[in-house]
Amino acid sequence: MYTEQMNASVRKVEATRDARMGTEPERMSAEQKEQLLAAFHPDYREDAFDTIAIGPNKGQKVPKELGRLLHTNSRLLNEQIDLDRIDCDADVLIIGGGGAGASAAIQAHAAGAQVMMVTKLRIGDANTMMAEGGIQAADQPNDSPVQHYLDAFGGGHFAARPELLRRLVMEAPDAIRWLNDLGVMFDKDAQGNMVTTHGGGTSRKRMHACKDYSGAEIMRTLRDEVLNRGIPVIEFTSAVELLKDENGNAAGAVLLNMETDEYLVARAKTVILATGGAGRLHYQGFPTSNHYGATADGLVLGYRAGVPLLYQDTIQYHPTGVAFPSQIYGALVTEKVRSLGAMLVNCEGEAFMHPLETRDVAAAAIIRECSERGKGVDTPLGSGVWLDTPMIERIGGAGTIERRIPAMLRMYLNYGIDMRTTPILVYPTLHYQNGGLEIDAAGFTKSVGNLLAAGEVVGGIHGRNRLMGNSLLDIIVFGRGAGKAAAERAKEVTVGKLNLDHIHTYAEQLSEAGLAGDGLSPLLLPNYARKAR
Amino acid sequence: METVNIYLYGKKYSVPADLTILCAMEYAGYTLKRGCGCRHGFCGACATVYRIKGKNELKTCLACQTQVQEGMYIASIPFFPADKRTYEINALRPEQQVMMQLYPEIYACIGCNACTKACTQGLNVMQYIAYAQRGDFAKCAEESFDCVGCGCCVMRCPAGISHPMVGLLARRLTGKYIAPESKHLTERVAEINAGQYDELIEKIMQKPIDEIQELYNNREIEK
Ligand SMILES: Cc1cc2nc3c(=O)[nH]c(=O)nc-3n(C[C@H](O)[C@H](O)[C@H](O)COP(=O)(O)OP(=O)(O)OC[C@H]3O[C@@H](n4cnc5c(N)ncnc54)[C@H](O)[C@@H]3O)c2cc1C
Ligand code: FES
Repeated sequence: MYTEQMNASVRKVEATRDARMGTEPERMSAEQKEQLLAAFHPDYREDAFDTIAIGPNKGQKVPKELGRLLHTNSRLLNEQIDLDRIDCDADVLIIGGGGAGASAAIQAHAAGAQVMMVTKLRIGDANTMMAEGGIQAADQPNDSPVQHYLDAFGGGHFAARPELLRRLVMEAPDAIRWLNDLGVMFDKDAQGNMVTTHGGGTSRKRMHACKDYSGAEIMRTLRDEVLNRGIPVIEFTSAVELLKDENGNAAGAVLLNMETDEYLVARAKTVILATGGAGRLHYQGFPTSNHYGATADGLVLGYRAGVPLLYQDTIQYHPTGVAFPSQIYGALVTEKVRSLGAMLVNCEGEAFMHPLETRDVAAAAIIRECSERGKGVDTPLGSGVWLDTPMIERIGGAGTIERRIPAMLRMYLNYGIDMRTTPILVYPTLHYQNGGLEIDAAGFTKSVGNLLAAGEVVGGIHGRNRLMGNSLLDIIVFGRGAGKAAAERAKEVTVGKLNLDHIHTYAEQLSEAGLAGDGLSPLLLPNYARKAR
Repeated sequence: METVNIYLYGKKYSVPADLTILCAMEYAGYTLKRGCGCRHGFCGACATVYRIKGKNELKTCLACQTQVQEGMYIASIPFFPADKRTYEINALRPEQQVMMQLYPEIYACIGCNACTKACTQGLNVMQYIAYAQRGDFAKCAEESFDCVGCGCCVMRCPAGISHPMVGLLARRLTGKYIAPESKHLTERVAEINAGQYDELIEKIMQKPIDEIQELYNNREIEK
């Protein structure tokens, strides 16, 4: 499968493997990291960002592709929608059928609310389903929530909102317990001890996993529970705009049936935005590990309704996306591959960095290796560096790869590459939206009443970079919390008359800023028709 | 650019040879709504059947994980009416009769192995159904673990079994009831609930940024 040139480089990797075994490349100092990031991390490329022209974050930096959507008018601006004709009514409306939405639905339902979920594709067609590596929680004897806090706070460049991070780490063990009690099969030893590993930037081994199908195992269990509870799930239906009542509180959403193009009016006492990330906007032309529906809709809906964004300019590029073969270009190679012992190695067979630096640092270092240093390996779509996977079998014994990362093994075997015996080629891929809508510790968005947000659509929990395993954790902790809080609040709410006034105000602001350009937002689906990839 | 001819729902298109079926459909001009979820082999949305022109065998695959080939006749199956039964997980016990009550049709398996042949993940589906019949849920869970629920097995089953649903039930029973309790987890949850970390977390939250940076940069990292 590999080209001549790649094979020649593989031989160099093999030649240095013995000497590299058992060694640990030095970690970078704080200054080295800062310099590296400033020079090579995509977030530092000035020309890739715009300035937000209107709204609560006016004057701040935003990736161009997201900026374009924020500077575009609503799909509904010129539609005639009868807001007195209510198609569906609920106490709690949950927008988005990923892990955050499903956790919220279960808890809101358990709290006695009448819940309804709408989602763009099918429930579980979501980033959550794709998470491979695992979920963090400080439950080992040598660990503590305080240590977890320190790792996450430092890893996020000391920018996390303390009250949000506190909740994340303090409720982490209980989130694992909750999942375990729902029947999620975590990797355990015969005595019941969780098998935990390091992730980039952790100081204790606190990554819990379900082989490398961690997100899938969690998502399918949550989905099953949502269905067992009889919660109505309306699939292939997107929220295209939030609705407000006369007090300016959120009171539902206008939905679009993706198949029939019909608009529907959903009324609710409280609304939870759980629409996930933005990988499919392909910032700076990067490929992405994200699912098909990750188009930042929640950011657009929330922002137009008046919710401020936080850290919208920080994006996580996962250091190890697939660089070759091109059929799976940009797909994720879980960080667990490095947790299990594989080193990052350049075309000369040199381990050029510690494999478990935080993601932003690792991504920048790989980009430097492939650009300035000229030590990448050429591929049909660009270049990459080696992830020396055969080391895993040497360290953990034969069979470790099949047992611990079967999805990775299968993905590469499809294309004739056996990662047990040959290294694989990786390059950073657009992975995660660090920033998002601003919330308080209870999960309510800032400035719009009765509107909550949970999951990847939220900003501030992790700061300016997120550690592996803290996102699956945040969707459970804050998803559950939002569900409960939304159900409680719904008891006190009587919904008034619905309106879409905010989209008109937004349109006026846009036109004042000279920006009432063409196009419609939110995007809903990326435009791939008639393109090769 | 090397191209191949494929047939989408019987209509011929010439597409780059290195594309997956999913990308080839888009290249041909389709805007997918159904049949496309994660795009990376985890969600099972893109179940597809195909036959190579001139060959007899009908194959099943995930469109996002399968490269196009010359003469492929392709039909995606974005939905198949699998039959999920509902239950209250807390009211179940990991006993053989659970399967008898919820999925009795597994006992109608005729052993044709069509499910295993259809599995896009290469799982031994018939074997995990056999484990379920015997009430050996832990084995069924293990054997079915990598299932993405694409439903290709369900389509091919003459006995009308919804295999992914059976595997899912076995996994939930295993995770909840059969796997040993994680005592360190139970204890940590109790400690937190008892307020043991409240003061410590407050303290670190209140620390000035330079102190916390100092702590972070010099923290000891477990080997
Ligand atoms: C490949 C991959 C691997 C990962 N691995 C890990 C890991 O190992 N550990 C970890 O902690 N994190 C990991 N992450 C990150 C983590 O999985 C996600 O951040 C998290 O699951 C997001 O959950 P969510 O519920 O917020 O969003 P999603 O799970 O993405 O769910 C959002 C849902 O909302 C739907 N939606 C979007 N827009 C609309 C709309 N307008 N109307 C209605 N519905 C809409 C989407 O289609 C989707 O179903 C990984 C992510 C990816 C992509
Ligand atoms: S689209 Fe998810 S498995 Fe193919």
